[in-house]
Amino acid sequence: MTPLIETRGLTAGYGQFQALFGVDLSLEEGQTVAIIGSNGAGKTTFLRALTGLLRPDREQVLYRGKAIGGLAPEKIVRLGVAMVPEGRRLFPSLSVEENLLIGGLSRRKGPWSVERVYEMFPILREKRKVPGTSLSGGQQQMVAIGRALMSNPELLLCDELSLGLAPVVIKDIYAALPRITGEGCSVIVVEQDITQALAAAQTVYCFREGQVSLTGSPAELSREAISAAYFGM
Amino acid sequence: MSRARTIRIGLGLAAVAVLLSLPLWGGRANMRLVIEICCYLTLAQMWNLLAGYAGIVSVGQQAWVGLGGYLMVSSALFLHINPLLAIPLAGLASALVAIPVGFLVFRLRGPYFAIGTWVVAEVFRLGFAQVSPLGGGSGLSLPATVVRDMAPNAATREGLIYYSAAGLAVGAVVLVYILLRRPIGLAFTAIRDSEEASSSLGVDTYRLKFVVWVLAAFGTALAGGILFLQKLRISPDAAFSVQDWTAFVIFIVVIGGLGAIEGPIVGVALFFTLRSLLSNYGSWYLILLGLLATVVMLAAPKGLWGLVHGRTGWELFPLRRKLIR
Amino acid sequence: MGAINTLVQGVLLGGLYALFATGLSLTFGIMRLVNLAHGDFIVLAAFLALAAGQALGLPPITALAVVIPAMAGLGYALQRGLLNRTLGNDMLRPLLVTFGLSVIVQNLLLEGFSADSQKLQGGAWETASIGLGGGLFVGVYPLIVFALAVLVIGGLQLLFYRTELGRVFRATSDDRETVGLMGANNNHINAMAMAIAMGVVGLAGVLFAIRTNFDPAGGGSRLLFAFEAVIIGGLGNLWGTLAGGVVLGVAQAIGGAINPGWQILAGHIAFLIVLLVRPQGLFPRVAH
Repeated sequence: MTPLIETRGLTAGYGQFQALFGVDLSLEEGQTVAIIGSNGAGKTTFLRALTGLLRPDREQVLYRGKAIGGLAPEKIVRLGVAMVPEGRRLFPSLSVEENLLIGGLSRRKGPWSVERVYEMFPILREKRKVPGTSLSGGQQQMVAIGRALMSNPELLLCDELSLGLAPVVIKDIYAALPRITGEGCSVIVVEQDITQALAAAQTVYCFREGQVSLTGSPAELSREAISAAYFGM
Repeated sequence: MSRARTIRIGLGLAAVAVLLSLPLWGGRANMRLVIEICCYLTLAQMWNLLAGYAGIVSVGQQAWVGLGGYLMVSSALFLHINPLLAIPLAGLASALVAIPVGFLVFRLRGPYFAIGTWVVAEVFRLGFAQVSPLGGGSGLSLPATVVRDMAPNAATREGLIYYSAAGLAVGAVVLVYILLRRPIGLAFTAIRDSEEASSSLGVDTYRLKFVVWVLAAFGTALAGGILFLQKLRISPDAAFSVQDWTAFVIFIVVIGGLGAIEGPIVGVALFFTLRSLLSNYGSWYLILLGLLATVVMLAAPKGLWGLVHGRTGWELFPLRRKLIR
Repeated sequence: MGAINTLVQGVLLGGLYALFATGLSLTFGIMRLVNLAHGDFIVLAAFLALAAGQALGLPPITALAVVIPAMAGLGYALQRGLLNRTLGNDMLRPLLVTFGLSVIVQNLLLEGFSADSQKLQGGAWETASIGLGGGLFVGVYPLIVFALAVLVIGGLQLLFYRTELGRVFRATSDDRETVGLMGANNNHINAMAMAIAMGVVGLAGVLFAIRTNFDPAGGGSRLLFAFEAVIIGGLGNLWGTLAGGVVLGVAQAIGGAINPGWQILAGHIAFLIVLLVRPQGLFPRVAH
């Protein structure tokens, strides 16, 4: 079966600085993949390369077998790849509801709507008129997830969902993941917080210094193997 | 390294020798042309210092050309100062004026700063047009008595103006070179690369930019004083012309090479060559110049000199610091 | 009564300046682009209306139907073909490219129409005025221009806060990269913003050309008036820009009443005073 998304020898970087050195990753439809690794391992760069914010070579990223590396971000969204960016990046000038609406710009049809997002995160309905950035960190993360879902993605990329959030809030956010995958959406989560990521994923990739240092299913991998791959010890 | 250095020193000496000896063999028309070239080279070095090094984009440098010119004329006319001496005085006075003006326009951020400097130049233009002792809107010619104060005969006068202009141009180049070779030059490079980063590293960007702003006003006003002493006639529209004193200068720097001392030199050479070739085409010449600058800005942001330097590694004014001596 | 008449004239003149300023404010707000050729495009619109009048026999107001779409189309093409390439971290590029553009437009107009001063003839209503009693008169035409300015700004506010395009504009102003991740084509959005800005420039240029004489060299002053209205009003607030235009218009009217040579100078000085005492402008946008 053709994977939903696959990277072959993906390289990427910023100007003179190369951050990824040949990453091979593949994800079957319906799967959740976790990418773990320390700060600077290349996790965010990897997601930016998938979404077109960085421009890798065409053949380095395959979506349903089709080469899409380096397409413009708006074209990749229309194919069904949505991103919850690191730090949420809500639009300060827009209300919560407007932030959600703008997520639907790509006009893809599917199960998600503003109404469905409110059902999943009822607190957002109460706050729909206020500026997105006036919410608490956890609520902002809900808006960011909802905004990405508004494009009815087939693949959702989540960058550091837990960043800066209290453990109890992180639990709430991750509790939403099964509902998202339940709608047939595949997910890649990038995390420094290993516990949540391992619990949610069927396959885990550990990144170190821009390369995959370990891969496997969370059940098969020992704590020791993971920390060796994570810290390079 | 020693061979390149010999070539550089040789070129420098040759240029100075040509400049020094030109009045002996060049003829008056060429002298006048070289005066103008020297003034434009100064204006271009000053604008390059602002934009290419300190990241300050001004489209109002005509304010200082005009102010330098008017102050030179006024001190010669009303204070009976020898016009040649009046030029440095006009430069200093303009630098003083640039301080309060700087406080005002530095409140504008980024691109709006550029337009703010233009407003200041317009205020000067409209203001001088209201001063009737200076001829109001139609301006005035320097009276013959004032001109004779400078030197009794025309040849001596022209020689004096010529050497002032040549000295100014050489001085401007040397000044920028020395500035950039000193530690302060590193701070400039830091500002140009990233203002936020250099602020966080403790470089006082505001103060540095302010100093450059005042210094550029000084050099620009000196050029203005010489330009209008040569013309012997000044009017608000000519003195504060955005096209003559800013547009041309920007084109020279952008086409020649922004952020390199060699850039304005290459740009001035090209500008005067094109002008003599295309002098019959009027506005089409300006359209061509505008197009050329736009294309260079998009395709080769470091200008013609940047292309040459990139291909050959040549540099006339080596600044690159070596980590190990 | 003379003083009040002067004041009223100044206020109404402010409407025209607000129209000058709207496009500048829009493109800076949405994509941080300051177009130094803005004033030259106002003059270009005036000449377009003149040419339409000569070639097709259109009266100025009807010519608007040609000039506004033409300017909007030019704006879209210019942004898509040229100006998008200048956007980025380096503010020098857009400034210098639009400065080059300014010289090009100005000299093309000079070649096409000569340096002669021109004027559009609006008709008899152009000079009509309404007496408000007590010796107070208000020109019909300045009143129309002011009303149009209010309409345009009100319309743009509706666009910004009630439509999807407006939402995308506001989001682009916040974070253009993330808007791309949402499925918007940044190049197209920028070009739409420039098209709208230049459409307003088209309207402003024609209204200006009915009011006063114009010539190819007049772009610089128009840019400065627009800029001053934006800064006096406060960045990012179109109603503030209208207020800024009014302040500028009143200052010019007062200066002109004292001495005709001081009209423009008084406007610039009012701007510098605002910059001195309230650099954020009269009505800056409240940050969230």
